[in-house]
Amino acid sequence: MSIEPQPAFKKLESSLRLKQLMASHFYELDEAARRGSHKIAWCSSVGPAELLRSLGFLVYFPENHAALLGATRKATDYIPAANAIGYSPEICSYLTSDIGACIMGETPLSRAYPGITRVPPPDVLVYNTNQCRAVKDWFQWYSRKFRVPCLGVQSFRQMDEVTTLHVAAISTQLQQLIPPLQEISGTRFDIDRLRETIELSRQCSELWGQVLETAAHRPSPLTFFDGTIHMGPAVIARGTQSAVDYYIFLLAELRQRIEAGVAAVNHENCRIYWEGMPIWGKLRELAALFLRLKTCVVASTYCNSWIFSDLDPRDPFESMARAYTELFITRADACKERYIKQMVEFYRIDGILFHEAKTCPDNSNSLYGMPQRLYQQLGIPTVVIHGDLNDLRLFSEEQAVTRLEAFIEQVQG
Amino acid sequence: MSELYLGIDLGASATKAVLLDSRRQIVARTVVATGLDFTRVGQEVLEAVLRQAGADMEHIRCAVATGYGRKNVHFPCLSKTEISCHGRGAYHYFPEAITVVDIGGQDTKIIRLGPDGRLLDFQMNRKCAAGTGAFLEEMARRLDLSLSELEQLAGQSQQDVKLGSYCTVFTFTEILALSRRGIAVPDLVKAIFNAIVQRVTELGVLSGKIVATGGVVAYNPTVANLLANRIGVDPLIPPEPQLIGALGAALFAFEEAEHA
Ligand code: SF4
Repeated sequence: MSIEPQPAFKKLESSLRLKQLMASHFYELDEAARRGSHKIAWCSSVGPAELLRSLGFLVYFPENHAALLGATRKATDYIPAANAIGYSPEICSYLTSDIGACIMGETPLSRAYPGITRVPPPDVLVYNTNQCRAVKDWFQWYSRKFRVPCLGVQSFRQMDEVTTLHVAAISTQLQQLIPPLQEISGTRFDIDRLRETIELSRQCSELWGQVLETAAHRPSPLTFFDGTIHMGPAVIARGTQSAVDYYIFLLAELRQRIEAGVAAVNHENCRIYWEGMPIWGKLRELAALFLRLKTCVVASTYCNSWIFSDLDPRDPFESMARAYTELFITRADACKERYIKQMVEFYRIDGILFHEAKTCPDNSNSLYGMPQRLYQQLGIPTVVIHGDLNDLRLFSEEQAVTRLEAFIEQVQG
Repeated sequence: MSELYLGIDLGASATKAVLLDSRRQIVARTVVATGLDFTRVGQEVLEAVLRQAGADMEHIRCAVATGYGRKNVHFPCLSKTEISCHGRGAYHYFPEAITVVDIGGQDTKIIRLGPDGRLLDFQMNRKCAAGTGAFLEEMARRLDLSLSELEQLAGQSQQDVKLGSYCTVFTFTEILALSRRGIAVPDLVKAIFNAIVQRVTELGVLSGKIVATGGVVAYNPTVANLLANRIGVDPLIPPEPQLIGALGAALFAFEEAEHA
């Protein structure tokens, strides 16, 4: 009888490159803001980033900033400031922590990147409501604060099938963004530049998909927790060459791991699917817990959500419209269930974990009985943990750990 | 002295220990209040059961800890969650397909076991003390009554009163309002017990053979009776329901040693 020491994390070599890429992204934005050399567009995570880049904007993603607030465990310091101006503690904690940080004049960027003192102010904000309504409210607050335009795409929700009518409607809205964006950027729209950007985005997306698919190997060379970090370029730099180069590098490292028989989790004997948002402030603790349980969280809806297989430079607007609309989050439960079933099969999953994030119902798929339905249909256990993406006051670590340990005991029979 | 198998259940309110001999008979047991120091209380119950059994540490062939403080014991010990341990302990007395309802100090669980004792699934209360022993303790404290007085008073209740609040703090505000309206204390106390039962039945569907375990059931048979009224079947109650988690842990210790 002995108490096992905590196994060590295996850091990917690519992490260093990742850091450099992220740093140059933020320094480039900071410099542009200081010199006024480029116009800056703030964009929602699955907003029309390709269109913005093709018009010469540098693109900043508030959701990425909010995730940083979560990961650095600062979110809870800022949320009350947004609550105080009328944004409820019950709504998106990305929104409340990000607006709160702005009110308090702080950003984790200044700690991570010496010399940067503020987030780069926007010249325009562009959202897509494909994920939820919160992004629109969030961006509109900034629009009032910075007195800059806020434009957007109103998406469809709860679709089982994405039809040509849906795609045509979104495509029209995307095209309608061109005149105002042209005016703000001072750059004429050039369809060939858009095609090039879409091609880079497509390559990034394909490579990111291949990166994630390496986890189908048993044992998996990467975990969901690695994924949440290494997805950075797919989020903030899609449509650029540097994101493509990064994923070529990362993919090579993971393939090498597979060849050398290196497992992300030693003695992996249980494979889990993570459904829902990450709990940003607890990534490390949860990763350590699963390492100890010899369990690999091999795949997730969250990381998969940045694979846009539909992007096609030959058909820029239609394909962007389809890619932004075929997202998991916009779909009906039946469609989501079919998707998860495919993932369970492909990744040979032993159990599904649902994170019910209190302030993000759109990313919480345990609210309408899905875990129970999937348990019945697939015969593999499911578990729900209650928490939040950013508001750690809504997460009880003790309870979650007991629940997860019991879940793994259940899976392992 | 034969070899012994230890199970310790370090719960949020009480710490329980059970010592089994090589025929899986209980040779010692204890229950103490947990307090703040899990390590100390773990040591305390260890010494208590060893004393009862007239044994030494060397006699313990294997030990398993469970409960909130399961990682805090400072002697060689495996750990297993209270879900598995309560299931294992209940299955010991009722070896068939059962659903275990455990109402503990800080959490309430529903654990479904297959006919072979395998854990099929489980539900736990959300991050809130509603429906747990902590809720009951808080109500007792506010009413300035002991837990056994609550039990006695509930027996004298003449009518059913419903409490609508979920939150412990608001429940007490509601109780104050009802008391001002002249509702008798026994009726209020029964309403409190009923609120616990309500929370339990909200957690998951209770069907088939139900086994009730945990400290609340051990000290407050009223809860088991009210549960029976609600679900239409009498729950089975094992001997010493509060010790079921520790017993399950001790049984796991036994099995672990057998497989080693
Ligand atoms: S999807 Fe969730 S986390 Fe993202 S912006 Fe909407 S509410 Fe916030």
